[in-house]
Parts: sequence; C-alpha cells; structure tokens
Amino acid sequence: MKKLWDMFLTFARIGGLTFGGGYAMLPMLQREVVEKQGWATEEELADYYAIGQCTPGVIAVNTATFIGYRQAGIIGGIFATLGVVFPSIVIITVIAAFLTNFADLKVIQYAFEGIRVCVCVLIFNAVQKLWKKSVIDQPTMFIFLLVFLVSAGLAVGQSFYPDLFSVSPIVYVVIAGVAGVILHGGNGRKEA
Amino acid sequence: MILIRLFFEFFKAGLFAIGGGLATLPFLQEISQSTGWFTQQDLMDLIAISESTPGAIGVNAATYAGFHTFGLVGGVVATLGLIAPSVIIIILVSKVLEKFKESRLVEEIFYGLRPASTGLIAAAGFSVVLATLVNLNGLTSDPAGAFNWFGIVLALILYWAIKRWNRHPVLYIGASAVIGIGAGYLHLFG
Repeated sequence: MKKLWDMFLTFARIGGLTFGGGYAMLPMLQREVVEKQGWATEEELADYYAIGQCTPGVIAVNTATFIGYRQAGIIGGIFATLGVVFPSIVIITVIAAFLTNFADLKVIQYAFEGIRVCVCVLIFNAVQKLWKKSVIDQPTMFIFLLVFLVSAGLAVGQSFYPDLFSVSPIVYVVIAGVAGVILHGGNGRKEA
Repeated sequence: MILIRLFFEFFKAGLFAIGGGLATLPFLQEISQSTGWFTQQDLMDLIAISESTPGAIGVNAATYAGFHTFGLVGGVVATLGLIAPSVIIIILVSKVLEKFKESRLVEEIFYGLRPASTGLIAAAGFSVVLATLVNLNGLTSDPAGAFNWFGIVLALILYWAIKRWNRHPVLYIGASAVIGIGAGYLHLFG
C-alpha cells in the first residue's frame, strides 16, 4: 500500500510539474523515477518512449502505466496513471470553472515566455542523458542521425510548406526495430 | 446516459490517437462536430490553456471538454475514457515483453529502437527550440528581429545553471517564470 501511495504521489508530482506535454516530461521522469526512486533505468525510459510512440494514447499516460505495472502489477499501473492525470483534472477544472480568460492574462503570458525557454533547455539536457545511453556505437549513431535529420527536417519544412507530407512516428519505430536486428553486432544491450 | 457517451467518445480518441500530444486534436474536432458538446472556439481556448498549464495536452483537453459538457463528473469521466485504452494496451504489451525478455530478437529490436526514440525526442525538442527562439518566416525579411534574444540569453544562462547545480527541474521552471514576468513588465520582449 505504501508503495502504491508513493507511486501515486510521485506521478502526481510529475504530472503537476510538466509543462508542454509528453516530451517535456522526460526531465521530470529522469529526476523522479530514475535518479530518485530507481524504478527504471535511462535505457528503459527510452524503451517506454519508443513503445509509447507507437501504441495509442497519450505518451505520459503510457509511460506511467509501464513503470507502475513493472513495479507493482496492474494495480501499480492504475495508481501511477491516476497519479499522472490527477493534477490535470484539478487544475483544468478550476480554470474551466473560474478563470475563463486564464490564457489571456498578461502575467500568465509573461511567465510562459520564461517557462517555454526553460522547457527547451530541460529537454535538451534530458536528450543528452538519453543519448549517452542509447547511442553507443556506429550503427546506433547512424539510426539516431537518420531519424533526427528526417524528422526535424520535415518539421522545419512544414513551417515553410504547410502541405508537406509528414511521417508517423510508427514508421520510424518499425524501421529502427528492423535496423536494430540487421545491424546488431552482439554488443548492444547489456542490462535493462 | 450522456456520461456513458462521454466516456466512449473519449475512449475512441484514446484508442486511435497515436503519437501523443496534439495527435488527440483531430479526434477532439470530430467529437465537437458530431456531438456539439463544445465549439471550435472552445477548442482553440483549450489549446491555449493546455499550453499554459501542467500535464499532458490530451488529458487537459479531455478534462476541459468533459467539464464543459457535464461539470466536474463530466471532466473525470472524459479523462478516464481517454486513458482507459492506454492502460489496457500498455499492460498487455508489458506482459508480452516480460515473456520475451530474454529473447535475443527483442534485445536486438530495442538496440535499434532506443537511438530512434532519442532521435524522435531530439527532433521534437529541436522544433520546440526553433518555435521558441526563432521566427522562421521573418528570417529573410528581418534577420536580427527574427531571433528571440531574451530567450537565447535566458537559455544559455539556464543551461549553465543546470550543468552547474543539477537541481530539480521545477526550480528552474519556477525561476524562469519569475524572470519571464519581470522581463514582461520591463518590456524586454521585442
């Protein structure tokens, strides 16, 4: 019971302090789940994100369910997930009920000029940590660069040509999985 | 009755929206059109609010739309509907993975998946950085004015501070919010 409560609280903290959705949650997960609680390793986080990308639903919820389930079975998955959505329900309900012009408030807009910059830096820092654990040799470097350049290139292209096609994350994940099998030299995963 | 429908409409969105974040948006548009529970304008407000509150955008959207439709209970039911498919599917995937944990094939697949996962996150982060710090469309007409100089300086300071102290992310977020408010009232944004 103590563990379930811990899990609810930890994920409520993560959900309540993540600004900007799925990817912005990574620095919080690294801090709370990997460094503080030891419920997952950096490698496992990368795994969960990859799976979360190609299974339905919100990535934050998928990741919470994964970690909760691995720690304490189905009940653990449910507690972690309820934890991660709890702050949203409270905050959004309060805003919807009382602060209809919340996003127009000058002070909120100003605060977010700062917060958005911070989220960029936090994601950059989080990616660096993940990079060290997942890009470990030439084949993985190749996969990383390919996915990054194509995906970022298309995103930039779309800001100039809105009609440009986009590639679903599922495509990258499937290709990378196949590439992993083909390129694997027997020195990949040590311990997960 | 409307609560059951609310649950299943958002259950559908949770089941078919793949890729997270704004992937939920087209499904919300469809719900808005087919049920009239909330308007397109509500949706625009909702995106603005989601971007300025913590939590996953899909979850925020479900709570907001549910609240509009059926008050507090509506918000809870819509959110539970949205997350139910994830919980079920992820638990099934976990069970399968556990079974094949020792499999060499699964190990090789993840060897390829991890750098791809990192690449996707890096690309998403790159888009966020560009959107925050550079106005791409103004780059040719007004090269100097297209950069968010306040943001670039703040980003460099934050990066240094994170490397130097490595504290909890929320401390840096809080400090940035305060700096943003101060800079806003001092008219430091271009």
